[in-house]
Amino acid sequence: MRFPMKIVERLLEGVFKMSSSITSIVILLIIIFLFKEGFGLFRSPVVENGYGLYINSKNPIADINPTQIKQIFDGEIDNWKTIGGNEESIYLFRFDEIFSIYTDEELGENYQFLPQKLNNIIAENSNIIAFFPKKYMQEISSNTKEIATKNIEITDFVLGKEWLPTTTPSPLFGIVPLVLGTLLVSFLAILIALPLGLGVAIYLSEIASNRVRGIIRPAIELLAGIPSVVYGFFGLVIIVPIVQKVGNISAGETAFTGSLILAIMALPTIISISEDAIRNTPLALRESSYALGATQWQTIYKIVIPYASSGISAAIILGIGRAIGETMAVLMVTGNGAVIPHSIFESVRTIPATIAAELGEAPIGGTHYQALFLLGCVLFLFTLILSIVSELISKKQTSKTA
Amino acid sequence: MIRSKNIQQKIAFHIFRLLSFGILGILVWILGFIIYNGIQVISWEFITSYPKEGMTEGGIFPAIIGTIYLVIGSMIFAVPLGIMSAIYISEYASNQKWVRFIRIMTNNLASIPSIVFGLFGMALFVHTFGFGDSILAGSLTLGILIIPIVIRTTEEALKAVPESYRLGSFALGATKLQTIKNVVFPIAFPNIMTGLILSVGRVSGETAPILFTVAAYFLPKLPQSIFDQAMALPYHLYVIATSGTDIEASKPIAYGTAFVLISIVLTINLLAGWIRRYFEKQNSI
Amino acid sequence: MMIEAKNINFYYGNFHALKGINIAIPANTVTALIGPSGCGKSTFLRLFNRMNDTIQNTKLTGECLVNGQNIYDKTVQVDDLRKNVGMVFQKPNPFPKSIFENVAYGLKVNGISDKKYIAERVEQSLIAAALWNEVKDKLHQSAFALSGGQQQRLCIARALAISPSILLMDEPASALDPISTSKIEELIHELKEKYTIVIVTHNMQQAARVSNKTGFFMYGELIEYSDTKKMFLNPENIQTQNYITGRFG
Repeated sequence: MRFPMKIVERLLEGVFKMSSSITSIVILLIIIFLFKEGFGLFRSPVVENGYGLYINSKNPIADINPTQIKQIFDGEIDNWKTIGGNEESIYLFRFDEIFSIYTDEELGENYQFLPQKLNNIIAENSNIIAFFPKKYMQEISSNTKEIATKNIEITDFVLGKEWLPTTTPSPLFGIVPLVLGTLLVSFLAILIALPLGLGVAIYLSEIASNRVRGIIRPAIELLAGIPSVVYGFFGLVIIVPIVQKVGNISAGETAFTGSLILAIMALPTIISISEDAIRNTPLALRESSYALGATQWQTIYKIVIPYASSGISAAIILGIGRAIGETMAVLMVTGNGAVIPHSIFESVRTIPATIAAELGEAPIGGTHYQALFLLGCVLFLFTLILSIVSELISKKQTSKTA
Repeated sequence: MIRSKNIQQKIAFHIFRLLSFGILGILVWILGFIIYNGIQVISWEFITSYPKEGMTEGGIFPAIIGTIYLVIGSMIFAVPLGIMSAIYISEYASNQKWVRFIRIMTNNLASIPSIVFGLFGMALFVHTFGFGDSILAGSLTLGILIIPIVIRTTEEALKAVPESYRLGSFALGATKLQTIKNVVFPIAFPNIMTGLILSVGRVSGETAPILFTVAAYFLPKLPQSIFDQAMALPYHLYVIATSGTDIEASKPIAYGTAFVLISIVLTINLLAGWIRRYFEKQNSI
Repeated sequence: MMIEAKNINFYYGNFHALKGINIAIPANTVTALIGPSGCGKSTFLRLFNRMNDTIQNTKLTGECLVNGQNIYDKTVQVDDLRKNVGMVFQKPNPFPKSIFENVAYGLKVNGISDKKYIAERVEQSLIAAALWNEVKDKLHQSAFALSGGQQQRLCIARALAISPSILLMDEPASALDPISTSKIEELIHELKEKYTIVIVTHNMQQAARVSNKTGFFMYGELIEYSDTKKMFLNPENIQTQNYITGRFG
């Protein structure tokens, strides 16, 4: 009887220990999967998979970057000189144009003559840039050369100012507008929520009677329990029209609207952590301030708030972390324009909203899909750093109290 | 001059009072908006019938069922794991470094945005494991999301059990496992329960993690197995409010969905608070 | 009389903490309040700058007079009172600010903004608290860098800066080492010239060393109040005698 009991004990302890490792394993898995998928992006060519960009071999241009490609195909760059080539206007040649030059017979039944014709066209036009499937360019003649064969680089991603994931020939995955959008919305939200939250925290911990506290605290808990999609819905139906009317703008889906909603969502975190920090201020400090003739309010803002400042900063950072990662509410009220914002009354798109809005349409394994995972990595790193910083700060607070 | 500081105090305190009641106002505004508009839509039929006419009419039955499936699925996965981890951390682990490591990991897991869980769930469960968009993939993803909550609340509950109870049990010759099973766990149970109920609330309201792991825009029938897609209340609300076939026409449905969703979540929150207070009172006697 | 208590009763909830206290403390003396812990001596001390106001669910009857004025009168502003009645606490509790800011704090919260005047007062106060020479070169360093004894003298300087006429000290040396304690006692001796000092102490020898008058509290009652010398050499009350000989001998 005694012996098997011992085995069961040991066995269960092992099971307990294993499950406690699960969280660590999950974190590792998350990192592995995000980064594996995400970093695949940097092994993908600049030009859409299966396609190539070809120019006349006399053209001195050796390589062009994704932004230049986009500008050429948008007609914003129309002379080779702009990107360091000869003084020559650019002749843009897309694949389907071949069918207006040659008849089906000329191209052959199975398009077997098509590669030949393409090569001819390139050879005849020194200013051409042609975009078509690689399979027709298996054997490149000496008159033709392929350009933009490089892979997407980290700098294209990190410094890129445009997020155009579905443009051809080369999609742009610049995260600058998304990062700016995310930071703008989050910081603005905290800027709104902080004075509010701090005021409420002071009221609850210093002034309110027990009865009032017993009403407001549960209310704040309820506020924290409302799902973000409900906040989004509320924002969409109520706040958006108000912002539109008050701001007198054409669309109420703006960065400011998102910040308002996020501010409400961040309030419970900020209030509860600040309240704890304020409460932890030693009584001795308060009393000696009162003993010097300071009023309660003077004591609060000259002694309590400075003393609780690191706890409050931890709350701010945690709040920003939450705001940065918030998806649904922001997705529903910010309008999602993926451009660098110039004012808070413009539409912005945050990183999580981008993932949520686009992942469903991105072909699995494609560059767009990989880019969205890379955004996931960025988001993961952002929140990881913020959570570490906030933890360090609150540790500082605890050691000060001790 | 001296009086001015008293006036300052009065003004400041009045502002804080105003802010605090302002928060109360915001809550009443949001709830009022949803309850007022939702209650006009809600009916037995709304809850028990399928969507009709491109989701501009009919009910939300499949979404309710889907959410229930997801809650059950994620709890089946997260509760045993979370509770066992917490038991190990608080009752067994003697290696403080290991405990600290796990705690750091758990905290970090808790701070990861929910959309990242969605990405991860899609990559691991949907594609790598080949579950496809399914209740299984969604439940696992949501389960991972709430593991940190389960661990933290269980750990706190276990820690709140006085050491003297454990010593008393050991002194009577009980083994560690017996002590945990018969003494520690029963005392900690109400608090653990509160934590679990709160995580049910969290699961039923989450949207981002299920976007790409389970959620279906519209399904003509209920899911038949764990490998089927399902509709879910929060996703349904999102879709209807932003990209339905006719957003204006389906607005009543959106109000109704929001009403049901918020009723579930708030009931759960209130229930958790009630259980906590109930047992606190019992224990204090 | 500088400080007078007339038939003071004080309650924490239902607990009767002070029972019918009558005392009259003359100006420019040091009065020591002694007695076993929980006897009400600290509570009594804290009545005179209305520090007990911050505690909820308390009740006070009787009169507390400072300079002949009832300080619990509705017309009295608490902060005015506290400017006049400084307090030093048991544990040194400097604010997490610089040495200078600590001393200047009381001036600033009382609406003084003249920088030159503040600097003067800070220097005078630190000199009066016998701390100036030790800190004059590091006024803008954190107060936490000081030793425990220095921190306590800083707290005294902080109390002196707002020019009170009364100093209440609640076991000011109990958390300090013997050398720091003797410095504080010396300081109390000097401060007596200008201030009326009431000091709560559990240390008989200290009471004997620093005070002119001593009050003995027990179970919320003031058992005996007289000249210190007389109290320690020839107490009238048998309870006093038992307590003093038990602790003193």
